[in-house]
Amino acid sequence: MKFGIVRFPGSCDDIDALGAAARVGDAVLLWHADHDLQGVDAVIVPGGFSYGDYLRAGAIARFAPVMAEVEEFAREGGLVLGICNGFQVLCEAGLLPGALLPNVSLKFIFRQVEVEVVRAVGPFTGACAVGERLSIPVKHTTGRYYAADGGLDRLEAAGQVLLRYAPGHNPNGSSRDIAGVCNESRNVFGLMPHPEHAVDPLGGSTDGLRIFESMRSHVEQHVLA
Amino acid sequence: MSSSTSSLEERHRQLGLTDDEYARILERLGRPPGDVELAMLSLMWSEHCGYKHSRRLLRRLPKDGAHVLMGPGENAGVVDVGDGLAVAFKVESHNHPSAVEPFQGAATGVGGILRDVFAVGARPIAVLDSLRFGEPAVSERSRYLLDQAVAGIGHYGNSIGVPTVGGEIYFEGSYEQNCLVNAMCLGLAPHDRLIRSAAAGPGNVVVLLGALTGRDGIGGASVLASAELGEGDEAKRPSVQIGDPFTEKKLLECCLELLDRELLVSLQDLGAAGLTSAASEMASKGGVSVRLDVGRVPLREPGMEPFEIMVSESQERMLCVVEPERVADVLGVCERWETLATPIGCVAEGDSFQVLDGGVVVADLPVTVLVDDCPLYDLSPMPPATSLYDAADAVLTGDESPAETLLALLSSPNLASRLPVFEQYDPIVQSRTVRRPDEADAAVLMLPDASAIAVSIDGNGRRVACDPRRGAMEAVYECSANLACVGAQPLGLTNCLNFGNPEKPHVAWQLVEAVEGLALACEQLGVPVVGGNVSLYNEAPTGPIFPTPVVGMVGKLPSSARAGRLGFVAAGDAIALVGPFEPSAVGSELSKLLGRAPVGELPVADAARIRVAHQTVRSRVRSGAFHSAHDVAEGGVAVALAECCVIGGLGASVRLPNGLDPFGEAPGRAFIVSGSREALAPFVVIGEVGGDALTIDGLLEAPVSELRDARDGGLRKWV
Repeated sequence: MKFGIVRFPGSCDDIDALGAAARVGDAVLLWHADHDLQGVDAVIVPGGFSYGDYLRAGAIARFAPVMAEVEEFAREGGLVLGICNGFQVLCEAGLLPGALLPNVSLKFIFRQVEVEVVRAVGPFTGACAVGERLSIPVKHTTGRYYAADGGLDRLEAAGQVLLRYAPGHNPNGSSRDIAGVCNESRNVFGLMPHPEHAVDPLGGSTDGLRIFESMRSHVEQHVLA
Repeated sequence: MSSSTSSLEERHRQLGLTDDEYARILERLGRPPGDVELAMLSLMWSEHCGYKHSRRLLRRLPKDGAHVLMGPGENAGVVDVGDGLAVAFKVESHNHPSAVEPFQGAATGVGGILRDVFAVGARPIAVLDSLRFGEPAVSERSRYLLDQAVAGIGHYGNSIGVPTVGGEIYFEGSYEQNCLVNAMCLGLAPHDRLIRSAAAGPGNVVVLLGALTGRDGIGGASVLASAELGEGDEAKRPSVQIGDPFTEKKLLECCLELLDRELLVSLQDLGAAGLTSAASEMASKGGVSVRLDVGRVPLREPGMEPFEIMVSESQERMLCVVEPERVADVLGVCERWETLATPIGCVAEGDSFQVLDGGVVVADLPVTVLVDDCPLYDLSPMPPATSLYDAADAVLTGDESPAETLLALLSSPNLASRLPVFEQYDPIVQSRTVRRPDEADAAVLMLPDASAIAVSIDGNGRRVACDPRRGAMEAVYECSANLACVGAQPLGLTNCLNFGNPEKPHVAWQLVEAVEGLALACEQLGVPVVGGNVSLYNEAPTGPIFPTPVVGMVGKLPSSARAGRLGFVAAGDAIALVGPFEPSAVGSELSKLLGRAPVGELPVADAARIRVAHQTVRSRVRSGAFHSAHDVAEGGVAVALAECCVIGGLGASVRLPNGLDPFGEAPGRAFIVSGSREALAPFVVIGEVGGDALTIDGLLEAPVSELRDARDGGLRKWV
């Protein structure tokens, strides 16, 4: 199982995601200017401030050369995980529904939060249990998940909401406490919390590993098998 | 070089040079300087670049230590941390720009200190900040400065992917007009990537890296940082630089790749006085000449004068020296990182700094005149007869119960939880952070071999205002105590000396005494000073700031898994008070809340016993015998106990030793520790962890939830 972590100018959590993925499989960096995914089994679009978050978070990165390959990879059913800035990029690219708006506080916020697993099937949360709480940090300025009301109902009905902030843990004013959503085909997933920063007991939590382990299990059972 | 002599004589004063200094320039050059030359000299001879009031004093600080790889004089100090790795670190002020434009001032303060660290080849891995503002309860301006400075620090540090792992904030009336923004950065490097700034190799090419050069920050070093602020400072806003963390992120990655590929001879960041300072320092250290053509410098705006290009403080720029055959490779790496790189000059034999505009020479100065001939002044210290500072407004009357007093202390802006500020910073990016703010007295960052480094930054201006020498010593003790609490042995120290106008005898006395105190304490604890920064003229018409030496210390611990914690860990653990502790009310937070002026002698410190206490705590945290350790600082034993309870989420019952003032202070000497009864048997056991309240026998009982609410709310209402 090989993960590829996209590196844009301004990516900050790329090496962190590389290290987290390397705990469950092989992991390589994918350069933003290359049209080459190096044969990876899953792509991670990491956190940070790609292109300085200028114009709008994620708005420039979605036009990076490598994103053309990522979009094609996703259309063919490949697993794509977007974390924080990566979630913003995938929304901008139209690979995920909805948008991320500035936090209600209008400030950057770092906090260790608890998220509840809403659905525990599929490639990203398959190793979890419904209702299970994961302790994972958030750190962002633009993380308030938003979709027009009808859109939120459709997402919920289609089971695309995979993670919700636990009661009292919504750090940014996200609609319906949504912390992470997937696309209709369930192979693209974005979340604002940083699972790659919850993989080492010395950092306080290893709950984030569940996301990476879910991806590995899925790839090993459905793709590599 | 066409201007007439008479107009230049007026200009030198506008540029901050005294008549004597100008006469010295005439004597050294044997002719009047040209326009560009005078601009360059005025900056290199400014307080900010030339350290003319502090350089002699700083020689007093001990610089030698077993682990020191680079000492003062390089862009950052560097210590060995084992396993072939080194840690570079430095603290620097950005006080004056932050007072004028707090968001950009603080942001570029972070950007500048990051460049100092990657200029020696180290990847920045942590930032800490030491901030001072006026009283938030009465000063809307101070609330604005706090809000904007914190936002600026977060903007730069978060966006560039360097964690902000700690820091300190104090509020005192003396900082009303002159806030302090000191930023410290640590970087990590393999030994063989370390690089110095000395230019070498006549014929080598000087390459400018990074952002375009604009008109921002022109004269920042002389206009802002080397004189008192006063009326009309709005007009100085254009002198504040504008930061772009995205450009610096690319520049950082680019420089580290250039060094990894061994493509550079030397590297230097552009800070105060821009190209002038960077190039002359590089030439001076290498004993060579340098020749730059301003016509080749990529500009942000057309029509810039040669002198503007030479002194611009535009951010996110570096200067490097490259062998001619490697220039193409350097440009290739820079292109990959979308970083502008332009050959703008060369290194030559001799002692001249030549500036050309196209083919025309517009400045030609001996490097030695620029760098070495800046006059150094002796201070005229005189202790003041009475305190220079007024008392703060009383918040307490002295009739309160001990429980009420404790709650008032916990909710005072100086002692309350810093979380409302810290949660605006990313403390975990790069995945090294083992102890975040509030989890321990020092931040802890793991290294690849599972050992760790610890870092803390400390300084208490109120206590230094009482007694500059002992107050400065306490800053060193406290920093070392904070490291001991996580199990770390100090390796080196950096400092930032924030003071008023040194030309005034009382301020000069504060400065001389404080430097002596720093030196003494460093000698006592065996900690070398590997670098530092001086910020003078922090003075308003109402008087100087509290003398504020800020100390940043880096230490090492053998196991990141054994890093100490601050909060109580387990009910049933015994609690002990370790260390020589004879606190007093002088300079304490309680004395401030009672409306007393910062006057009086601070308690004497017994260095030998302090060393033993620090070693005791360090070794027992490392062995796991102490489950928690917290140094007793502001607010005394009562506040320290309350912090251990709140952060651990556990109560405690204690009986204090007879006669111990529960709110008296003597920072850096004593520790509240917890552990098993057996492990704590050799120490003064004062109680036990457990329950959901803090009970101090015969004094007070307060639910932990009430303590938490007081501590959590004290700063949040102003943020």
